[in-house]
Amino acid sequence: MTIVVNGDQTQIAEGSGISDLVKSLGLVTERVAVEVNKRIVRRADWSSTTISEGDRVEIVHFVGGGEGDCD
Amino acid sequence: MADSLIIAGREFRSRLILGSGKYASFELMVKALEASGTDMVTVAVRRVNLGDRTKESFLDHIDPKKYHILPNTAGCYTAADAIRTAMLAREVLDNNWIKLEVIGDERTLFPDNQGLLEATRELVREGFVVLPYFNDDLIVARRLIEAGAAAVMPLAAPIGSGLGIQNLTNLRILREEINEVPLIVDAGVGTASDAALAMELGVDGVLMNTGIAGADDPIAMAEAMNLGVRAGRLAYKAGRIPRKLYASASSPLTGAIE
Repeated sequence: MTIVVNGDQTQIAEGSGISDLVKSLGLVTERVAVEVNKRIVRRADWSSTTISEGDRVEIVHFVGGGEGDCD
Repeated sequence: MADSLIIAGREFRSRLILGSGKYASFELMVKALEASGTDMVTVAVRRVNLGDRTKESFLDHIDPKKYHILPNTAGCYTAADAIRTAMLAREVLDNNWIKLEVIGDERTLFPDNQGLLEATRELVREGFVVLPYFNDDLIVARRLIEAGAAAVMPLAAPIGSGLGIQNLTNLRILREEINEVPLIVDAGVGTASDAALAMELGVDGVLMNTGIAGADDPIAMAEAMNLGVRAGRLAYKAGRIPRKLYASASSPLTGAIE
């Protein structure tokens, strides 16, 4: 099924959960936070939260940044 | 810990807080942080770059046990965005501290105080330790404190401008009038004397990023800022001499040969 991750269309298997998605993207669990359709999903709930067709997922992490910069 | 900076009940040895942006490399950033003697570093919250998997992650280089990580809401122009960013930041390290920026203008990066107050109230309600960046307005400072801010952080000059303290008078007034929470100068510091001056006025700490990251030699500048902040603090606590219009001889007036 098609979902949108960080603004880009992505294909994932039906019934995938957030844990599956994070793993398939090769990300370190402890370094990221996840939002689905603008609602934060706590790490403890990742394995029990499934993703649906068309869901918009945001996966963020910390980057170097002081004030105001956007890069 | 003697003369430590205390924010929300947490002690910091260093009164210098650093931003982590604009460094040419992670290696340089790490060395600058080390040279600065800081205990706390701000980070921004951004989408993971899924296209470029070679990009290293910030937390690969900074040990959260060594430095207190202070996520910020850089790039947020509305209270809603700032709140959303703060919530996401909290999820990464289960850390409820947030350096709150709600920007009102792209060129100056001056804060939108209305949005800032709104976001501060909401985030305090959500249990965050909120450190808001604002302009040097006493009334806004009071409102932020009423809203539950854990510190207030007036700008010295526009972010990244390197202009140093532009409104000494305002900052002095803020220092005299604010004693409920720490007063930390944030933004606009250009060189060591700017930081030292802020500390001589009696502010509780200084936060900077570009002043160090943008210097020709960031590691040397980090050390300079480290010393500047400490020198300013020592001078403040030492109790300076008053300013006088006329001379006041240092040597005895009697006993001179005639």
